[in-house]
Amino acid sequence: MKVLMLGWELPPYNSGGLGVACYQLCKALSKKNIDIEFVLPYNHDHPIDFMKVTAAHPQDVKAIKMSGIAYDSYKYIFADGHEEYLSLTEQQSLYERAVAQLVKYGKYDVIHAHDWLTFRAALRARQITRAPLIVHIHSVERDRAGGNDGNPYVREIESIGLLMADKIIAVSEHTKRCIMRDYDIPGDKIEVIHNSIDSEGLEPLDEHNAYQYLSAMKQQGHKVVVSIGRLTMQKNLPNLLRAAKEVIARAPKTLFLIVGSGEQYFELIEQAAELGISRNVIFTGFQRGKNWRDAYAIGDVFVMPSISEPFGLTPLEAISYGTPVVISKQSGVSEVIKNCLKVDFWDVNELANQITAIVMNDSLRDELHDNSYHEFVNLSWDNSAHKLANIYRRHYAEAAA
Amino acid sequence: MSRAIILYLHVHQPFRIRHYTIFDAGKNHDYFFTMPYEDRTSNERIIHKVAEKSYLPTNAKLLELLHRYPEFRLSISITGTVIEQLEMWSPMTLQSFKDLIDTGRVEIVGETYHHSLAFFYNQQEFETQVAMHRKKVQEVFGKTPAVFRNTELAYNNDLAYWADKAGYKGILAEGWDPILGWRSPNFVYRPSYTENIRLLMKNYRLSDDIAFRFSNRNWSEWPLTADKFTHWLNETHDGTNFNLFMDYETFGEHQWDDSGIFNFLHHLPEQWLKTPGNTFMTVSEAIDAYEPVDYVDMPYTVTWADTERDLSAWLGNRMQQQAIHALYDLHDKIIGSKDLQLIEDYRRLQTSDHFYYMCTKWFNDGDIHAYFSPYENPYEAFIAFMNAYHDMKFRLNEKGIEV
Repeated sequence: MKVLMLGWELPPYNSGGLGVACYQLCKALSKKNIDIEFVLPYNHDHPIDFMKVTAAHPQDVKAIKMSGIAYDSYKYIFADGHEEYLSLTEQQSLYERAVAQLVKYGKYDVIHAHDWLTFRAALRARQITRAPLIVHIHSVERDRAGGNDGNPYVREIESIGLLMADKIIAVSEHTKRCIMRDYDIPGDKIEVIHNSIDSEGLEPLDEHNAYQYLSAMKQQGHKVVVSIGRLTMQKNLPNLLRAAKEVIARAPKTLFLIVGSGEQYFELIEQAAELGISRNVIFTGFQRGKNWRDAYAIGDVFVMPSISEPFGLTPLEAISYGTPVVISKQSGVSEVIKNCLKVDFWDVNELANQITAIVMNDSLRDELHDNSYHEFVNLSWDNSAHKLANIYRRHYAEAAA
Repeated sequence: MSRAIILYLHVHQPFRIRHYTIFDAGKNHDYFFTMPYEDRTSNERIIHKVAEKSYLPTNAKLLELLHRYPEFRLSISITGTVIEQLEMWSPMTLQSFKDLIDTGRVEIVGETYHHSLAFFYNQQEFETQVAMHRKKVQEVFGKTPAVFRNTELAYNNDLAYWADKAGYKGILAEGWDPILGWRSPNFVYRPSYTENIRLLMKNYRLSDDIAFRFSNRNWSEWPLTADKFTHWLNETHDGTNFNLFMDYETFGEHQWDDSGIFNFLHHLPEQWLKTPGNTFMTVSEAIDAYEPVDYVDMPYTVTWADTERDLSAWLGNRMQQQAIHALYDLHDKIIGSKDLQLIEDYRRLQTSDHFYYMCTKWFNDGDIHAYFSPYENPYEAFIAFMNAYHDMKFRLNEKGIEV
């Protein structure tokens, strides 16, 4: 079975969870004898041997410089030497044209497209090849817009892709409900396939934590609450800071470590000052590698209070690095992990209640962690790949009939 | 010689802690009452539900059987916490229990008022709660318990020794194989190191056939009829007394009406009494009627719960340990405060159910522990409990008592 997989990014050149999820899913699929050609809008040497990775951009483009920020303009360097910043819309057009060229020369049994950025290309490919189209929804526009309607252009592309698809994969029940609500798609067209995590694929911690100051403070009885993610509306950090004020009032030896960058960066720093908790809140900016891993590890609790999180990988990473989690009920990952505390994103008092309980009771922290870790090690992409392979086969058979 | 069914049913409801947050602690000292009626933790709603599904239909059925069969008898235990809730929210149900007792053929078994594990933490507190229960039963039912059962049937030699000294004629325990060895639970025994007291041990296979397996369609014996069940008893030749011990809520709540459980109960006396020599006895009558056949030694604590039959469902994890130790550590100060409301809240928090809700053992399987919990998960149960605990410390501080 040959699958044309249309994606926007793969690690290490990824801006977020989408690339990681695509990579892990394809790796697990390749073990099920699925032959994947993964088409990206840029060319880079990915150290990937389990599938073919193809760059789809016009022949006259020599290189593409990405900014590392999602949905930003990329710098295209053309063969004749001139450089141009192309917007996301223009990038999509180029991608669509290149994919249309590509499918003329190959034979594909199924087209599998990840998120709206690839939908225009996917619809063209479907038109040309007549292969069944499966669209995979990692997030919808309302998630990214923090509960607002978002960009009408994006919604239009999402809507057409969802209507034209032969099957829709949603990364959670939460996302499935969003698709049904926002796009009037009947539920039986949507299959939920949860994201997962490869428990063996994570970089191990080394002996010394990068946050020496926090380690020293913990020695003196302080507790650390960690949040890692983009500082954007969707992630609901203003509510976390409001809750932090309540926690610190009751457990003054609590420190909040906020890791990430984004458009709310300055406003959050100001908010912490206004709340009078700046001494207890540490902003590190964006971190990668060791600093990123060690942030998970230094925490007594990890918090993801997102307004809407289609899946949300970070809590699973936190658990893997030894930290129990408090997550919003409006997240897909809350469907996967039972041994955690769950809170409605708007409920600042309950968020404070839960965080306070953890920082005041080591027994709660330790029970949460041990039991969630047990769940974590039993997670694997294999189940998801198995379900997906069956969907491929079913639609391939239907198309052939 | 006659052979008897010893039917013993346990009635209990805890005062569940409402969604009590850190924002309540220090401000609002009500842990058990002001929740919305629809809330999962609403004690009033649960009392109404259980009364309607279980207590009222079961009591009506039992009363009918008592009138129809002069030989029909049973024993019940009923905790102080459930009696109080029935007084508040369902006096009609309490009256139906009184009607049973008034027949003179339903015996009341003694226990702690608050369904607590105090025996293992504070002997003085334990004895107070047993005395409170005795007094309440005398007031409400006009009877004095002569046989004792500890919370969750948690039993060991020390408890038997205490009950013997306290003057009880009998005590109840789980008939767990590692303790019984080759012996059968279907006889009367004597606890080791005691003088007068007798021991009745639950026949857990027969009891669980009714309490747990009755509605299980994958069970090879499903459907279980009174005819089939009494046939098994008649075919069992070793033994004088078949000790069927179970929760009262088995009838109508754990096994729903549509499983046929009330039909089973309806036909049980009829089928059993068909065979000459078969009868029913209360726990005291069995102790009077049959000579003990052996001593039973139980150096460690055995309960009637789970496959382990130990206290791990209540005290098995760190949250449970922390919570119960924190609570009993306040004992002297709370009693010393002479604040009756505070003391009563302290006792209501001792009810074993609070610790059961914190059990993580099988949370992942979504089994029986999850079904009976009014909380979303064991952690929320712990958080509400600890917030109530912090509030009690606050109340002590307010009275000038250092904690």
